[in-house]
Amino acid sequence: MSFLQIIDLEKSFGNVQVLKRINLEIEEGGFLVLVGPSGCGKSTLLNTIAGLEPITAGEIRIGGRRVNDLHPSKRDIAMVFQSYALYPNMTVAQNIGFGMEIRGVPKPEREKAIARVAEMLQIDHLLDRKPSQLSGGQRQRVAMGRALVRDPQVFLFDEPLSNLDAKLRVDMRTEIKRLHQRMGTTIVYVTHDQIEAMTLASKIAVLKDGVLQQFGTPSEIYNNPINTFVADFMGSPAMNLIPATITNGAGGLAIEMERPSAPPVTLPLASPPKGLAAYKGRSVIFGVRPEALTDPDGADRNAASIAQTECFIEVVEPAGSDTFAVTHLGGKGVIARLRADANIQPGTTAPLTFNLSKSVFFDPETENRIL
Amino acid sequence: MTSAVSQGPLEASRASSTVAPNRLARALIYAALILFAIYYLLPLYVMLVNSLKPLDEIRQGDMLSLPMAGTIEPWLKAWATAQIGVQPTGLKPYFMNSILMVVPAVFISTALGALNGYVLTKWTFRGADIVFGLMLLACFIPFQIVLIPMARMLGILGLAGTIPGLVLVHVVYGLGFTTLFFRNYYAAFPSELVKAAQIDGASFFQIFRRILLPSSGPIIVVTVIWQFTNIWNDFLFGASFASVDSIPMTVALNNLVSSSTGVKEYNVHFAGAIMAALPTLIVYIVSGRYFVRGLMAGAVKG
Ligand SMILES: Nc1ncnc2c1ncn2[C@@H]1O[C@H](COP(=O)(O)OP(=O)(O)OP(=O)(O)O)[C@@H](O)[C@H]1O
Ligand SMILES: [Mg+2]
Repeated sequence: MSFLQIIDLEKSFGNVQVLKRINLEIEEGGFLVLVGPSGCGKSTLLNTIAGLEPITAGEIRIGGRRVNDLHPSKRDIAMVFQSYALYPNMTVAQNIGFGMEIRGVPKPEREKAIARVAEMLQIDHLLDRKPSQLSGGQRQRVAMGRALVRDPQVFLFDEPLSNLDAKLRVDMRTEIKRLHQRMGTTIVYVTHDQIEAMTLASKIAVLKDGVLQQFGTPSEIYNNPINTFVADFMGSPAMNLIPATITNGAGGLAIEMERPSAPPVTLPLASPPKGLAAYKGRSVIFGVRPEALTDPDGADRNAASIAQTECFIEVVEPAGSDTFAVTHLGGKGVIARLRADANIQPGTTAPLTFNLSKSVFFDPETENRIL
Repeated sequence: MTSAVSQGPLEASRASSTVAPNRLARALIYAALILFAIYYLLPLYVMLVNSLKPLDEIRQGDMLSLPMAGTIEPWLKAWATAQIGVQPTGLKPYFMNSILMVVPAVFISTALGALNGYVLTKWTFRGADIVFGLMLLACFIPFQIVLIPMARMLGILGLAGTIPGLVLVHVVYGLGFTTLFFRNYYAAFPSELVKAAQIDGASFFQIFRRILLPSSGPIIVVTVIWQFTNIWNDFLFGASFASVDSIPMTVALNNLVSSSTGVKEYNVHFAGAIMAALPTLIVYIVSGRYFVRGLMAGAVKG
């Protein structure tokens, strides 16, 4: 039973349509992460759920109740704004307590709640300061505190960790995850951070130009991207999208990729998707994630379909836990992810293994997945 | 020769060549500023010294000389006993009239302007821009055009010739300006704060009072200075709409200066003129400091 439902939602500012027929739903206690490039409408979607922006068409339901015309304060949500939106004239404690004060919560109770949240967010030494006397990361934590002090039906977070340093961000991410597991409150969360999205979400929604591209679990989004946009957007480094041609090999379909100053590579496809047969002799986009393109020793031994070929290595980038190698295929730089201690030299030829059971194919015109 | 030694004289000459012209420029700037200050303060000086002289002394001589037999008689006379119109009341009752007119008019027009600015930026409705455009237009309407319609309105409302009538006139006329000030100030005020307060459950007026007003210091000061100066110094509305017992200070001063029979008592006139100018001066001096402080606070906030 879904708890938060967004049905055919549309939103226009004047005659600019910012959200186009969005359909989303998340079960009670779910964690919905919205991702997408800047300006795609993530904050706007969050604002419509909060009731801060009227919607042009469609319906929003929280807990089975239609909330379209409900005032923000009546929707029982708490929100962290992208710009923090701290009240400049109030201290940190007053900022956190303002909602309770308005709702008439008695002072001792208020102070207890503020202290509890402040301790959790490690801002208890800042309670008497004004927002202007705080660093960016401290302000962000106060903004979090203002939401967390309440016990709403839905939390709305708009990039709540974007200004924290790397370590604090990881800590806070874990803290949010723990909090979510403990409170079990439904959360809608906007982020630019791939790892945040993958680690926190129970469902991810990928938006582009106000259109919902794909909605699914993190592993669905990661492993079965519906189009090149989603494939390219999720994952770091991004999925390699290699222009290639489908040919008829000895044992069935094969994929052929151009190489500079060498004959093309041809890899036999043991179990190609059904739709690929129609592309015989035509070009497709061959998508393979860096971790599915490795040195032979690092390859996944359980993979159903593996192909190995010699590639010319242009650049080697050791990254500590892994080594990234760049080769050239189909006219594009292609990133392979090797073991950290892989013995590989730039300017030489080395064998690389494609995990074809993890690779995907896209139509170059529509950019949609070939299934 | 080491490089350190060869650098020595170079640095020294550079330093001296930048310091010397700096000092000269500074001296020139200060000289110019002092000159201008004297030029601007001269009329005030003339008024002040002559308001403290007996009439003979003014007649004999030099406007710029300091009083030889200083006296505060002219001040007392201007305040309490000078002939204004037909009554020898001095400026006192008219000063009170002006205060009774200015204080509510400034307060009401500033408060309404703040509310207008709040609504026009944070609770925008269809046509808000048109409304604002029309209010802007009100700033450009010359006083003279509204005189007759206003007289008619005051008559209908039964406020003709009263201080509340003058308050109404000044509120209506000032509303365009105060709305303009507050609208432009609040346009830069982050809407997210209003949204956050809405989620926190604050009402329309709670948001205004708790969130916007505490951050409005600088613009309130600007508006108050502007409105106070304009309303206090207004002559035309006062001359047109006031009756005998609601005449404001400016009109009374004019009556004092122009209608006195017999000898022209310049010392009394000077004293009266300073009295008429004093409240605006005080408003500038007192609130100007807050104004600067408000600006600084905003700048640091970032
Ligand atoms: N009040 C408004 N009036 C007109 N257009 C707006 C308004 N608010 C947002 N937009 C437009 O709507 C689109 C989506 O904006 P939104 O703030 O939702 O983007 P976003 O996905 O949150 O981006 P970011 O990741 O940069 O925060 C943008 O193109 C923006 O210009
Ligand atoms: Mg945003």
